Amino acid sequence: MYAQMITSEKSSDDPELLAAFQARIDRGERIEPKEWMPEGYRKTLIRQIGQHAHSEIVGQLPEGNWITRAPTLERKQILLAKVQDEAGHGLYLYSACETLGISRDELFDRLHSGAMKYSSIFNYPTLTWADMGAVGWLVDGAAIMNQVPLQRTSYGPYARAMVRICKEESFHQRQGYTIMMKMAQGTPEQKAMAQDALNRFWYPSLMMFGPSDKDSVHSAQNMAWKIKINTNDELRQRFVNETVPQARYLGLEVPDENLTWNEDKQGWDFSEPDWSEFFAVLKGDGPCNEERLGARRKAWDDGEWFRDGLTAYAEKQAARRKAHAAE
Amino acid sequence: MVALDLDRQTLFDWLLRLGDNALILGHRTSEWCGHGPALEEDIALANTALDLIGHCQMWYTLAAEVEGKGRTADNLAYLRDAIQFKNVKLVELPNGDIGQTMMREFLFNAFHFELLTALTGSTDPKVSEIAAKAVKEVAYQLDRASDLVVRLGDGTEESHRRMQAALDYLWPYVGEMFLADATDDALAEAGIAPRLTDIQTKWEAIVSDTLDEATLTRPDRRPDVHTGGKQGRHTEHLGYILAEMQFLQRAYPGAEW
Repeated sequence: MYAQMITSEKSSDDPELLAAFQARIDRGERIEPKEWMPEGYRKTLIRQIGQHAHSEIVGQLPEGNWITRAPTLERKQILLAKVQDEAGHGLYLYSACETLGISRDELFDRLHSGAMKYSSIFNYPTLTWADMGAVGWLVDGAAIMNQVPLQRTSYGPYARAMVRICKEESFHQRQGYTIMMKMAQGTPEQKAMAQDALNRFWYPSLMMFGPSDKDSVHSAQNMAWKIKINTNDELRQRFVNETVPQARYLGLEVPDENLTWNEDKQGWDFSEPDWSEFFAVLKGDGPCNEERLGARRKAWDDGEWFRDGLTAYAEKQAARRKAHAAE
Repeated sequence: MVALDLDRQTLFDWLLRLGDNALILGHRTSEWCGHGPALEEDIALANTALDLIGHCQMWYTLAAEVEGKGRTADNLAYLRDAIQFKNVKLVELPNGDIGQTMMREFLFNAFHFELLTALTGSTDPKVSEIAAKAVKEVAYQLDRASDLVVRLGDGTEESHRRMQAALDYLWPYVGEMFLADATDDALAEAGIAPRLTDIQTKWEAIVSDTLDEATLTRPDRRPDVHTGGKQGRHTEHLGYILAEMQFLQRAYPGAEW
């Protein structure tokens, strides 16, 4: 899940309009950009889609970290294509967000200033090649859990972006799992790397769904608006249920001594991640917060002259065309 | 089948030059992934890197087949040291700013495009087949790079200054692309590859048109100051590229990934 802790905005709109809007959502209608929507709905969506978009582009960095060190030409191509897909997802999502009346540049400013967040998971380092497997398998896997239901979200552009993104994410998850499989069946050193990657990424992946929100008012409002479809706990449980057998198939051990099958709920009981760590990472004290945000800011600042140059050229060309037409 | 009157080692060396240029430039280009000046540029640069890695794989596969010693494309990429690499020095230089990166892409692509176009008519069907696949992608890369050189050259004062500085810096390296040695001559005689002087004439036309449009000045400096990469005499930069690229293959010999 790339959007965490999305608080909903209150709406001060006309109660009749609000009721009619809610009725449309309840009937399963899609809300489209030019249609009336409550201010709170619009702002909440900007926060959620924006955070999701930021997560895609910050998420390029931990995997981009291994492109130049990928161990074979084929792995290099697959990884490059994957990280490029993430940039593409960022592009669809920023575009979806722009339909709500905010520009991509404004969204970038909010990311760079720290006013908007990105998923906590991308503040963890990628230390060995096995992390490319673990990130694809666990991180993309957790993202899919959240994004598949979001294909039915009430806002049309977001739902449609999700359809495309989900197709690519499921491919990413498979490629990550393939790397894990190769490593788990490889040399003892490779298997140790795979286990270590699972140890490091297991709890941060569980944190991706955010703390329990079953009693949260924000969550209730967002669910009524169909911006959020499931509670964080439901999604986390679903993720654990799917992932534990996959880990066992690899011959790897999930780093949780409390992991036990619960016959009644037909699911696994598992330990909660350390939520104090989660909040520390969100506040900026994760292992890579400075590096990640610093890299994004640097890319943007270093690119300023480039963007200005292109704009200046476009303006000159427009002036030349105008002068030419006037002749 | 490859021309029989050409010895295998010569053909192998020449194929390595093609593969190594693509791999090393692809590596440099891939360094931009996640750090581009705009999202669209980031995607385009990753795409260019992907194309180039794809090309090197095709050239290496053919080179390994010609060599006939059972090596694979990955062996050629990951298990040779710097003095065995045959790329031109231009492609191994650090990226610099995005202006320098795009200027290098342009100067190299203009050569690469003309070379591959000529190679589509090679007497060796395997060479012409690979060239035909690669040239389509390189045509697009050249389009994009020359378009950006023009826009940035004729953009703001700062973008103009940076593009001129990039051109001045890279210029002493471009001559190596056209400097034919015994290997190039043998390939041309066998009809497998074109004469590099012919490629240079075409390159000059593209470069001079584009620089004019970009309002940039052709440097008043020898273009063949820095040569030797094709013979395995590189800059210090290549060793670091290989140290990074080959790390896993070197640290865990024989492991499968």
